[in-house]
Amino acid sequence: MIKNGNLRVAITDDEAPARSRIRDLLEDCAASMALEVAGEAGDGRELIELLQNTAVDVVLLDIRMPEMDGIEAAQHIQKLADPPSVIFTTAYDVYALKAFELHAVDYLVKPIRLRRLHDALMRVRAITPLPLDVLQKLAPEPRGHLSVQERGRVILVQVEKILYMRAELKYVTIRTAEREYLLEESLTRLEEEFGNRFLRIHRSCLVARNHIDRFERAGEEAADGGWVTVLRGLDERLPVSRRQQHVIKEFGRL
Amino acid sequence: MASINQNLHHDALPDFRNLGVILRILVIVVALSLFSAMCQSDSWPGAVNQFLSIVPLVQPALVLSLIALWVLAGWLRKLDYAQGIAVVLLLEVLVVTLLYKVGQALFPGGPYGRLEHYCAFALAATALILYYFHLRSRALSPALMEARLQALQARIRPHFLFNSINAVLSLIRQEPKRAEEALEDMADLFRVLMADNRDLSPLAREVELTRQYLNLEQLRLGARLQIEWHIENMPGEALIPPLVLQPLVENAVYHGIEPSSEPGVVSVNAYKVRDEVHLVLRNPYRKDGTHHVGNKMALANIRERLSLHFDAEASLRTTLTDDAYQVHIVIPYRRASGMSHRQEENS
Repeated sequence: MIKNGNLRVAITDDEAPARSRIRDLLEDCAASMALEVAGEAGDGRELIELLQNTAVDVVLLDIRMPEMDGIEAAQHIQKLADPPSVIFTTAYDVYALKAFELHAVDYLVKPIRLRRLHDALMRVRAITPLPLDVLQKLAPEPRGHLSVQERGRVILVQVEKILYMRAELKYVTIRTAEREYLLEESLTRLEEEFGNRFLRIHRSCLVARNHIDRFERAGEEAADGGWVTVLRGLDERLPVSRRQQHVIKEFGRL
Repeated sequence: MASINQNLHHDALPDFRNLGVILRILVIVVALSLFSAMCQSDSWPGAVNQFLSIVPLVQPALVLSLIALWVLAGWLRKLDYAQGIAVVLLLEVLVVTLLYKVGQALFPGGPYGRLEHYCAFALAATALILYYFHLRSRALSPALMEARLQALQARIRPHFLFNSINAVLSLIRQEPKRAEEALEDMADLFRVLMADNRDLSPLAREVELTRQYLNLEQLRLGARLQIEWHIENMPGEALIPPLVLQPLVENAVYHGIEPSSEPGVVSVNAYKVRDEVHLVLRNPYRKDGTHHVGNKMALANIRERLSLHFDAEASLRTTLTDDAYQVHIVIPYRRASGMSHRQEENS
């Protein structure tokens, strides 16, 4: 919700000159509208960090950034308690711009014109936040991070570090070597997105292919004498369901 | 400025000092001999015998012609195409006549045919070979045209163009001096990219161009882009195809530096070993990091142009290790001051 008073704007771009240019333009805009620069971030992670500590109404977000691109960052932002509006910026990105037109997403092309920026900021008070499913359609590649809400904060977990994801009741538990997180997403949807990286061993469990050490026969305690998955760096054994036993063979062949 | 086959509208003789050209001539002549042997006999053993009797007659003429062409190559390059062809054909007649007379004097009473027959065979073979090289240069010329088009469209990545303009805009208020320099670099860069880039160009100029390009990239990438030049021993006067170094460095920045927020090193190495110029480029490569989708166009085009200019004597190799990507180009050494030149000392 954008309150009355100054419009608080955050700038996100990996290139310092691009940030400084936007800052100049925002100063120009400030002559004719009430706004202030709430902060700057050099990449998606920094932006999430900034948003947790500072109240921001609108984010100018560069699409092409290293580590985490703007579209992924926008998805994580939606998990915040009071997510800001997003205006994407890009120098040149045929694919993204086509998708943006299709879904009527606001964007500015760099170099940004003062007039365009001004208009976009004036409109921002009327913009409704981007729905997650639209953002997911815009993303050309799977996310590099998953965002987890914990005690009112958003924590980013690198997908590379996840050992397994397991569905439980309302949540999905994601496990890294260090700890567990609870994620509010559906396992089916996660499998669609990360099918290349994760292998389904059970109706309710996906394991990271590159962390699989071996499959072995379950001990006496297993009722059906089935198989379990052994992951590197994890003592826990994950059962392979009868239905999914074919993956053991397929995995061995790779 | 030395030039071979660069011109689209005026043909040129092949470079008779190029190993690839020499090999092609050898193969064609041997194939022609074999063909003529097969035409003159009706059985396989007969054809082999015929071939073996032709070879001693053909080889001396071939070797002598190649040596003469090697010696005359520098001079031939200065003639226009029609004159060059006339000279080469005349040379063949002279070589064949000379060998005919010498052969008769040394081994009188041999089974000699008529001189006109030998000359006719030599002229036909020469014409065929010249026609082959003519067709080959025609076939490869689109690569040059394409190089120019690419410079205008794809190879200057629009992404780079707009980001650079954006970077310059950001400098205008705070640092007008740097903005001026950046615009000057951009102007120089685009002047070269839009020029007719068919002639070979001195390595020193190509390095300067690459520096100007990197200045612009440095502007927006800052400390993320670290450049190591190893060019103390570079032969600045060596001639290389234009726009080989810059697009490769652009690739290195695009694939090696931009996808990471950590600083990375692009290294450029240029040196000379004996008669070869080596260009080695390295950039970081992260196996499972996010990478921009590769653009193989630039690489394929560079390969084609190297092959057109230097045939088999130039090479381009790429190597991918765990954390680095490397392009290694070897080009025969030619100096800017006219014709190619054999270095006496070995470095």
